[in-house]
Amino acid sequence: MSMNLDANIPEGPLADKWQNFIANERLVNPSNKRKFKIIVVGTGLAGASAAATFGELGYEVEAFTFHDSPRRAHSISAQGGINAAKNYPGDGDSVHRLFFDTVKGGDFRAREANVHRLAEVSNEIIDQMVAQGVPFAREYGGLLDNRSFGGAQVSRTFYARGQTGQQLLIGAYQQLSRQIGLGNVKLWNRMEMVDIVNIDGRCAGIVCRDLLTGEFSSHSAHAVVLATGGYGNVFYLSTNAMSCNVTAAWRAHRRGAAFANPSYTQIHPTCIPQADDFQSKLTLMSESLRNDGRIWVPVSADETRTADQIPEDERDYYLERIYPSFGNLAPRDVSSRAAKRMVDAGQGVGPLKNGVYLDFADAIERLGRSTIEERYGNLFDMYERITGENPYETPMRIYPASHYTMGGLWVDYELMTTVPGLYAAGEANFSDHGANRLGASALMQGLSDGYFVLPYTISMYLSKLLNKPIPDASHEEFTKVENEARDRFANYLAIDGTQGPDYFHRKLGKIIWDYCGMDRDADGLRKALSDISSLHEEFKKDLKVTGSDKNVNQTLEKAGRVDDFFELGMLMCKDALNREESCGGHFRVEYQTDDGEAVRNDEDFAYVSAWEWTGDPLEPNEHKEQLEYEVVKFQTRSYK
Amino acid sequence: MTILTNITIKIWRQEGPDTEGRFETHQIPEISDEASFLELLDILNERLIEEGKEAIVFDHDCREGICGTCSMMIDGQAHGPQKGTATCQLHMRTFSSGDEIVVEPWRATAFPIIKDLMVDRAPFDRIMEVGGFITAPTGGAPDANIIPIPKPVIDASMDAASCIGCGACVAACPNGAANLFTAAKITHLNLLPQGQAERYKRAEAMVEKMDEYFGSCTNHGECEAACPKEISIDTIATMNVDYWKSKFKNRQHLDR
Ligand SMILES: Cc1cc2nc3c(=O)[nH]c(=O)nc-3n(C[C@H](O)[C@H](O)[C@H](O)COP(=O)(O)OP(=O)(O)OC[C@H]3O[C@@H](n4cnc5c(N)ncnc54)[C@H](O)[C@@H]3O)c2cc1C
Ligand code: FES
Repeated sequence: MSMNLDANIPEGPLADKWQNFIANERLVNPSNKRKFKIIVVGTGLAGASAAATFGELGYEVEAFTFHDSPRRAHSISAQGGINAAKNYPGDGDSVHRLFFDTVKGGDFRAREANVHRLAEVSNEIIDQMVAQGVPFAREYGGLLDNRSFGGAQVSRTFYARGQTGQQLLIGAYQQLSRQIGLGNVKLWNRMEMVDIVNIDGRCAGIVCRDLLTGEFSSHSAHAVVLATGGYGNVFYLSTNAMSCNVTAAWRAHRRGAAFANPSYTQIHPTCIPQADDFQSKLTLMSESLRNDGRIWVPVSADETRTADQIPEDERDYYLERIYPSFGNLAPRDVSSRAAKRMVDAGQGVGPLKNGVYLDFADAIERLGRSTIEERYGNLFDMYERITGENPYETPMRIYPASHYTMGGLWVDYELMTTVPGLYAAGEANFSDHGANRLGASALMQGLSDGYFVLPYTISMYLSKLLNKPIPDASHEEFTKVENEARDRFANYLAIDGTQGPDYFHRKLGKIIWDYCGMDRDADGLRKALSDISSLHEEFKKDLKVTGSDKNVNQTLEKAGRVDDFFELGMLMCKDALNREESCGGHFRVEYQTDDGEAVRNDEDFAYVSAWEWTGDPLEPNEHKEQLEYEVVKFQTRSYK
Repeated sequence: MTILTNITIKIWRQEGPDTEGRFETHQIPEISDEASFLELLDILNERLIEEGKEAIVFDHDCREGICGTCSMMIDGQAHGPQKGTATCQLHMRTFSSGDEIVVEPWRATAFPIIKDLMVDRAPFDRIMEVGGFITAPTGGAPDANIIPIPKPVIDASMDAASCIGCGACVAACPNGAANLFTAAKITHLNLLPQGQAERYKRAEAMVEKMDEYFGSCTNHGECEAACPKEISIDTIATMNVDYWKSKFKNRQHLDR
């Protein structure tokens, strides 16, 4: 089948496109807005900001989350900060530079026009969040403070201690709460979207499962926005919250939304290494720590001394050595792979030799303990709580872990998926980060999509539906999809095998981590495809879900999510197999230089892969959106 | 890594809001001291599922002490014995071999039990909806640096804003009061220059909504001791001052 991958990029020079779009967009007049109902699934940064703004504008809005409250969304755990091109420190930043860094950081696999718009609205985001009461860190003079992050040579990151995501989400949640209080937004909490419904070639609404009662229900709308986050938990162990999952995006994919670049996943270099087999998640130590911490491993693989006993000349500060101009602030993909190589070479540290040191001794000596405490106190405390070690005295141990997913639902410039009327925002879409995301850019993108992009773009679609009746939830298609969902969940209970969903998830995650993680090769990916497929068959025969489907059943919820991770896992491997180049988070060992740097192939692979569901998870159809670069010229991404 | 042996878990099971609950006892023969307390429950749950029994329901998500979802009374203390630590950040190294650990849900009239250890904390959201915000619709905000905010002010605001909305303060309070939560929210915004326009209206609306659901504060101070973010009880004083100013001096009209 053919698929329309026209990105709908506005006319004009790159820097004018967004303003041109706004100047020419079709609007919905204020008195007509309340005739339109918009469903927003997800109330993280992207969803809460979108729902609140739609409410302010006068649309009828219904917001859905499987959490008990919008304030719990995974956005809350972002630590380090949010980028903007304010250039407050006067160190040479500009919209163009933020745009350029993001395209380069994404290894030239992102759409220029989207990234430029993101850089343009970045400054408004900071203004907006400050107006809402986000307590960003300030200098003694009372002005806003900035720090630097990986992949940038300017300080453009705004932060609120190590709790930036928390403060931004509380800001967006406050705006959403206000709209709920005013009656402009209706909130459905503890409701999981389990499918979308398309009628006459447009998205007509969603089907949900009430997590408290197990009841299924249908909800119709003029437009649906999925702001349901990323799929990093496909790896089982990741820095994501336990409930992060791909179901909403995946179910939309199965109903016709193209899934873009699924193999672009980000492995974050600074996480606490795994301590044992039943570990349930990995904890991120913010990248901002790399501003002051130095990364090293012992030169000798046979090292047995504690860190403080190892003299300077027997330490390898490998990032500073290999990447002298970026040093400890080399981008995430580069730093992660370097750490893996050190550990693979036997130079790892800690009881399981599965980490590298992140050492603050120099910084403490230079700046004093109180400055370090001020900057990172809560992270140090968290580290100590988890490991029982005090990072003021012994260096932290860190290792890469799955953290973020650049891939997601394909969207055009207006953030619409290939299903008319269905939009995707935040981490759930693929739009802005190419093959690798720079630190502090996800919060920026989520808020940009929700506050400053969707409120403009959605009227382009809605205006066409003015005074046209839309099917309500009693339409037979809703009934059909609802019944399918009901049967699917009943079936998980009916299998009555021997192993719970976590057992399968853990095994699935290990396959994907081993073969589609930090490095990939064709043989491994082929093996993974067949292993995942057989494990999925086993899941369908041997899953055990206890309890009932009539009240809270977290095992049943998990079963549905793991089922979808299987199919996504296969698509990730397919995508990684097809992409015969190394770029960003996707590193194919067959495509590297003699000294281990990624070899990109712009001739053949400067495209977005957009996959179409065919009914067989092993035989998806690949479509391509060719990437045209008007302003940025391809260059080898070097941080040396 | 050390292995703890012979842990006994006495845990609350309750089918639904209207059914009677009871304690159930489980033995954990061995567990690593590196495991988190929730990982212990994960292991127990996997065992229950294999045995064909229903897993214990409990709320949790980030497991990093920031989302505020986890919520348990452990040995009679909200979030357990470690100070300034949410349940999900509690590790088994805090316990010893042979311990009996008693696990219960938050107990508060305003937080009805949904199932097992899961409770309904929706009243917190209701309090937020009546005033826990600054009215600043999207678009048109002035430049972020236009109002300098002294560092001590932003720090104090941030201290209050660290609240994770877990409800430990309510669970720990003998009266089931939500004063620490509400005060943290009010203090976060009322200290900021941006928050001044709605300062008194905010305090009055939020306090009155709080009173609809929760018990009243009699200065026990248990809330501060239980708070995983160590929010100071001083915020309650700030809240009370703003509330009474609003009430007696009709300050709320200034905001309208
Ligand atoms: C530990 C950590 C630290 C990070 N630090 C930073 C940082 O410093 N800077 C930065 O820029 N980025 C950071 N990130 C990335 C960033 O936090 C996320 O990418 C971003 O917050 C995602 O926001 P979102 O709104 O797209 O999704 P989320 O916040 O994940 O929200 C998803 C929402 O969708 C709902 N949902 C999902 N599926 C369904 C369904 N089927 N039915 C109903 N509801 C559903 C959930 O309930 C939730 O409300 C970090 C990420 C992690 C893991
Ligand atoms: S699970 Fe998020 S605070 Fe404990």
